[in-house]
Amino acid sequence: MSLYRQFEALEATALGDGIKNSVWLFPAIEAVHLLALALLGGALLMLDLRLLGLGLTSQPTSRVERDTRPWLIGAVAMMALTGGLLGVSEAVKLYDKQAFWVKMVALACALVFTFAIKAPLARRDPGLIGKGAALVSLALWLTVAIAGRWIGFS
Amino acid sequence: MSSGLAPILDQAVEWLAAQPGSIALHESLYAYTWIETAHVLGITLFVGTIAMVDLRLLGVAFTRAPVSTMNARILPWTVAGFVLMIVTGALLFYAIPVRSFYSLWFRAKVLLMLVAAVNIFVFHARVERDRGRWDREATPPMSARVSAAISLAAWAGVIVTGRMIAYNWFDCDKPQSAFVHLLTGCPADLIEP
Repeated sequence: MSLYRQFEALEATALGDGIKNSVWLFPAIEAVHLLALALLGGALLMLDLRLLGLGLTSQPTSRVERDTRPWLIGAVAMMALTGGLLGVSEAVKLYDKQAFWVKMVALACALVFTFAIKAPLARRDPGLIGKGAALVSLALWLTVAIAGRWIGFS
Repeated sequence: MSSGLAPILDQAVEWLAAQPGSIALHESLYAYTWIETAHVLGITLFVGTIAMVDLRLLGVAFTRAPVSTMNARILPWTVAGFVLMIVTGALLFYAIPVRSFYSLWFRAKVLLMLVAAVNIFVFHARVERDRGRWDREATPPMSARVSAAISLAAWAGVIVTGRMIAYNWFDCDKPQSAFVHLLTGCPADLIEP
């Protein structure tokens, strides 16, 4: 089955159909998606600022990483859940949107970088290399957020 | 809203909508879109950082950092987010003044922003007065925690109601109950006959 057919099948499920045909569900899920974005932005910024030598400089970077971790994971989980629900309800439309694919590629890069590279690095209280990691993190997540907003416009 | 002020505001938003800058933004292909994108990023910076300070006040995050350190090192970023959010928000209102002004969601959002502003004022004027005694404590006193909870709830409400402005359920030109008309204050010439 082609990817396009799979997207069609996804939208035709009871879940996709239910959200699409409800007046309130899509906006409500979208609102939760935005609330999670604010939480994600806050948790990310606390660590990225610290890596850059800004923000909570009186705390070790490893401490800030530990303090932000549960909020970051919670926000990512909430965004993935609500984003998945939004996506299923308009999968066919998304398939043709460049902004959607840009977001998905940037999101995959951002997740791998954040959890596999930046977090282990932050736990070792890095110096200059930490600043580079913070800039890469900010650039990746900004791309995810901007491309995400443009899904609604394009 | 008092009946004395309402006609003046009705005229003000109509005047704003007739300005060349408002029309240009409204009809622009990309300017409006980029301003809205910057608005979302401003909210993320503002609410994201204020939420981190609130979580500290609730005693559930950054418990080893004194509250005064959070205020000094994080709130400047909150202020930067606030400026970006307010400037872009004002431009978005300027682009679509009439519909926004009579939007039930916009009005709810402004009300929630007032609640959040009063809460901030009370926090700095009263709750924080004896901060020296609990600055380093993992769990601040109840008054500070209540203040943080109100802040989180109010800003979450601002985000939700703000997003809902885009939906036209309660627009003036849709059939509405008398109660919705009372809340939106739609003038007769905007109401669908």
